[in-house]
Amino acid sequence: MPNNKNIEKNKNKWEETTLNKVTSRFPARKNLITGSDVEVDNLYIPREDFSYEEKLGFPGEYPYTRGVQPTMYRGKFWTMRQYAGFGTAEESNSRYKYLLEQGQTGLSIAFDLPTQIGYDSDDPISAGEVGKVGVAIDSLRDMETLFDGIPLDKVSTSMTINAPAAVLLAMYIIVAEKQGVTKENIRGTIQNDILKEYIARGTYIFPPAPSMRLINNIFEYCSAEVPKWNTISISGYHIREAGSTAVQEIAFTIADGIEYVKNAISVGLDVDQFAGRLSFFFNAHNDLLEEVAKYRAARRIWARVMKEKFSAKNEKSMMMRFHTQTAGSSLTAQQPDNNIVRVAIQTLAAVMGGTQSLHTNSKDEALALPTEASVRVALRTQQIVAHESGVANIVDPLAGSYYIEQLTDKIEEEAWNYINRIEDMGGMVKAIEKGYVQKEIQDSAYKYQKSVEAGDRVVVGVNKFALEEAPPSGLLKVNPKLQKIQEENLKQVRSERDNAKVEDCLAALSEGASKENVNLMPLIIDSVREYATLGEISNVLRDKFGEYRESIVL
Amino acid sequence: MNDKIRIVIAKPGLDGHDRGAKYIARALKDAGYEVIYTGIRQTPESIVATAIQEDVDFVGLSLLSGAHNELFPRVVNLLKEQEAGDIIVFGGGVIPEEDLAFLKEKGVQAIFRPGAPISEVISFIKSKTGSTAA
Repeated sequence: MPNNKNIEKNKNKWEETTLNKVTSRFPARKNLITGSDVEVDNLYIPREDFSYEEKLGFPGEYPYTRGVQPTMYRGKFWTMRQYAGFGTAEESNSRYKYLLEQGQTGLSIAFDLPTQIGYDSDDPISAGEVGKVGVAIDSLRDMETLFDGIPLDKVSTSMTINAPAAVLLAMYIIVAEKQGVTKENIRGTIQNDILKEYIARGTYIFPPAPSMRLINNIFEYCSAEVPKWNTISISGYHIREAGSTAVQEIAFTIADGIEYVKNAISVGLDVDQFAGRLSFFFNAHNDLLEEVAKYRAARRIWARVMKEKFSAKNEKSMMMRFHTQTAGSSLTAQQPDNNIVRVAIQTLAAVMGGTQSLHTNSKDEALALPTEASVRVALRTQQIVAHESGVANIVDPLAGSYYIEQLTDKIEEEAWNYINRIEDMGGMVKAIEKGYVQKEIQDSAYKYQKSVEAGDRVVVGVNKFALEEAPPSGLLKVNPKLQKIQEENLKQVRSERDNAKVEDCLAALSEGASKENVNLMPLIIDSVREYATLGEISNVLRDKFGEYRESIVL
Repeated sequence: MNDKIRIVIAKPGLDGHDRGAKYIARALKDAGYEVIYTGIRQTPESIVATAIQEDVDFVGLSLLSGAHNELFPRVVNLLKEQEAGDIIVFGGGVIPEEDLAFLKEKGVQAIFRPGAPISEVISFIKSKTGSTAA
């Protein structure tokens, strides 16, 4: 071990002499801060109090700072999983087949907003939104089309669905069943993270209490019936997109995780029965080193939370496994080719931070949904990092960097401050209801944008190095007739199904919803099987549970 | 101050991306305007009701889901139908260049695209009110 005391003394001397000689004539640049406004010191040196065993340990071992698997990408690469979906189920189905042919290893389904908020395509509130940001799914019929010719025993599927997660999972289970794949053998993830919807993403339906009940129902049902399914993807991604700092991203996400675990335990679930299937989802932003430190800190905090706070015994319960997506909000509409470079940096951050799966954004996403060609470049970016950069040959490659370790510690410390503050408020639901979390994020977003506007923070191509450019051409356009097509499909489904059976199923669901101790999953599966629509099922639950109203803080 | 310019910043449609809307609302407030922010997932009807009830001079619409061609003109039309056609409508969000002419023709007077600085929004407001003070 180096003699740290001496190094510190020598550093002071270096500052006063060697460094000072230069900075007195050529001062350091202004705003030497991380992407999240953390001041960066002039030099990092070994720290006296650093304990390798306590802070890092070994990959695949507590506290998992260095990664959740012992081999990481030396065994196999992360799952390359591009989030995709638009228009009709047929159009999305062919995009998925294209991506699988191009070497993608998992599917990630984007649903349109009406689907995400539990409205059918023919609901008046869906006007203009059908098929726009994802695929429109109204009934099991659409889901059958969506996965037509895709073997559900071979691929794993992630679905970005929250408030109506139970309904889409039910549809997936039945589509698999029809393919001859049992629910014990399907693999995938539902996002199912309602708390961050209240905080940052906005596709909530019900108030917190019934929403948390649905989540518990899913945890319980899947632990017995769908054992390979990740029942939740606790997401910091959208919190970061809303403008939070890196610290806030992991702190609020982990505080959400704590709330889910507390809730499940409170209805009698055993922590080790469900916690191994909890997964996470983070953002990869431009500040490469800060992002790597963030992932490492997050893993360490979660391991401690599960072991110390919830007395988990199973190692799987303590491992934070996560998906990553590159930062949509970092993409610029100006000079869109530059976005390829941003995404490459963010990909390196995610990989050197030890992600389990990754979506890379396409260069044209600040303008429209990505075209097939730009999605291919995004996927190739991952493949280049995997096969050519060399960073995947070593586990936790940045460990031991003085800067990385100290930044990891600092992010951890500040995240704990937030987590403890939220605990003191009575937990995340209370903190959301007070608007505390939303306000903290907003303040960071405002400060960031102000600094961009003032030119203190440079965004290449936007507030510096700008160009006059011709408008981009060849953007993807969603078929404007889509709403009509979906309406026709719905009409057909409603005329072909056994409507008496549908009514019986919905009545049973309604009755189940009014009894707190009933698990709604089997009732939802029954309804879906009879082609009850997503909107019909959601309306039954809206009727019983009521709807959430945003608390606006500005 | 009675002659303060009043602006409603609204999120029509179903998308929850409110970072831009909140930034604009707050920055306009800081610039001295009277700003009302509606929150997300508002129908064109409820936005127009708020605009009339609050007696605003401008309605700023933010949308990132791609439903702007349907929803922005709807707000303009509803305002006209309710004899509030003098309220100026502008918008922002992920809006492709090729939709700009269509939206202008439908009565959306300005569109601010990703990366537009707040100073552009303020100059637009000033150009419409003919005043130099907020």
